[in-house]
Amino acid sequence: MKILVCISHVPDTTSKINFTNNQTEFDGNGITYVINPYDEFGLTRAMKIKESSGATITVVNVGPASTEPTLRKALAIGADEAIRINDEPKDGGTVARLIADYAKEHNFDLIITGRESIDYNGGVVPGMLATYLDIPFVNACIGFELDGTNAKVIREIDGGKETLEGSLPMLIAGQKGLVEEKELRIPAMRGIMMARKKPLSVVTAGDVTTNTTVVNFEVPEVKAACTMIDAENVEQLVELLHSEAKVI
Amino acid sequence: MSVLVYTESWNGSFKKASFEAVSYAAQLANKLDTEVIALTIASTDDAAILGNYGATKVLSVTDDSMATFNNHAYADAILTAAEANGVHTIVISNTNNGKSIAPILAAKRNAGLITNVIELPSSTSPFTVKRKTFSSKAFANYSTSSAQKVISITPNAIGAVEIAATATTESFDYTAKSSDNRLSSVSVDRATGKISLIEADFVVSAGRGLKGPENWGMIEELAGLLGAATACSKPVSDIGWRPHGEHVGQTGIAINPELYIAIGISGAIQHLAGVNASKNIVVINTDPEAPFFKAADYGIVGDAFEVVPKLIEAIKKHKANN
Repeated sequence: MKILVCISHVPDTTSKINFTNNQTEFDGNGITYVINPYDEFGLTRAMKIKESSGATITVVNVGPASTEPTLRKALAIGADEAIRINDEPKDGGTVARLIADYAKEHNFDLIITGRESIDYNGGVVPGMLATYLDIPFVNACIGFELDGTNAKVIREIDGGKETLEGSLPMLIAGQKGLVEEKELRIPAMRGIMMARKKPLSVVTAGDVTTNTTVVNFEVPEVKAACTMIDAENVEQLVELLHSEAKVI
Repeated sequence: MSVLVYTESWNGSFKKASFEAVSYAAQLANKLDTEVIALTIASTDDAAILGNYGATKVLSVTDDSMATFNNHAYADAILTAAEANGVHTIVISNTNNGKSIAPILAAKRNAGLITNVIELPSSTSPFTVKRKTFSSKAFANYSTSSAQKVISITPNAIGAVEIAATATTESFDYTAKSSDNRLSSVSVDRATGKISLIEADFVVSAGRGLKGPENWGMIEELAGLLGAATACSKPVSDIGWRPHGEHVGQTGIAINPELYIAIGISGAIQHLAGVNASKNIVVINTDPEAPFFKAADYGIVGDAFEVVPKLIEAIKKHKANN
């Protein structure tokens, strides 16, 4: 069993988001980068499969050398090897194409991604990657159980869930539920020591077309001061929602 | 060269997000000086009503093999309709199902895919459009020079606009291919009568300030009174007081309703990221220093257990008088 877990290198969830160069580039100054939280659920699910039925876990990221600490962290959590496709990621479509080019040569049984990255929120990579590889794609995955090569997959739908069945290979794009928050693995000292000896290979990126470009970024307008209402006068809130906000 | 919009249904009925998508597609087609074709799959609603939102033609897929949602088969039906009708731009809703289809469409058509879109394009040459990014902490203007485009629209960002127009309706023959049935749906489990969070106009949300899951009765009563969906903060879903599907915030669901009422939620940056696109925010919290007040339109400093019952009474009174 060979599992590929795609790892996005993203700003920590507490980051304040700023832009530079005339609002055309994300300002990475003072930002701490982490494994994309959605990908962490997938990595832990892969670890559980490895522990129960045996598997090798490869983690992959498209990025410059500065993303390697994030891949090392994934190795410290328990992945067996890491691949960095050496390119500045331009958009989700190019990332999907680059990972597909790599994955095509390695016959993975299962590919796990996050449902989206918490920075660009495109949700583009998983579905495009699955399509390039011609394997089934399940989005917003909140449960995954394997029996041999048969999988039972639960996905979130608007206001509920759907259970699907099928056999490997497939690609699942996960989120919380794939494992619970409390089950998430954090690197232990032994894992960190071992991760230093695990292979991290750099792969040259092929030439792929980019279909979308960021023109510039905008930050939301600062809200006007909050209108405070006395807790003894809740009727005033209802009145304001009616006459001022005009929502009720 | 026309615009194709996929109109998603639930249990045979069009979703609210589908009317928004048709309205968006109609306004887009107007800018591009072309027409809008809507594609429905397994819908039992009257297809002609999509004309009221600007569709000029509605194609309906009704084959039994397409009765249950299947992202691969549905994507292929959309592609087949697009090819048969000289379509250059496909519009879809950024719902869970839409997100499962859009990247397949883009990969197969080598299209420029822009998701999370919240406005009409600011330019059509090059095609440039605004989308939410960084978990709603920012917006980005994206352009695509591809002839083929797939545009995925955030529900609740663009209102459905009714116009005086009619659509022609015809059936569209499409049978699911066996290669698209590699996964099969075993069961669908949906809380009936509940309003879908991403489409809801009103959302009532609560956090750890509620002290325990047994105290959600008043939250549900308030939501019921307003016709609102219920939501919760991340800690509340992590400790299992509420289902994961209710978690709004950076790593949960991002929403942008007309009204968001946050009760007993302090407003950490990760929570704000998912909800700050809400048009009106009401915050009820015991702590006057809670960061959420800085992001709110209306605030009440007070104990939820005293304020919420009063709010319920005040809304009942308001409803009786209006």
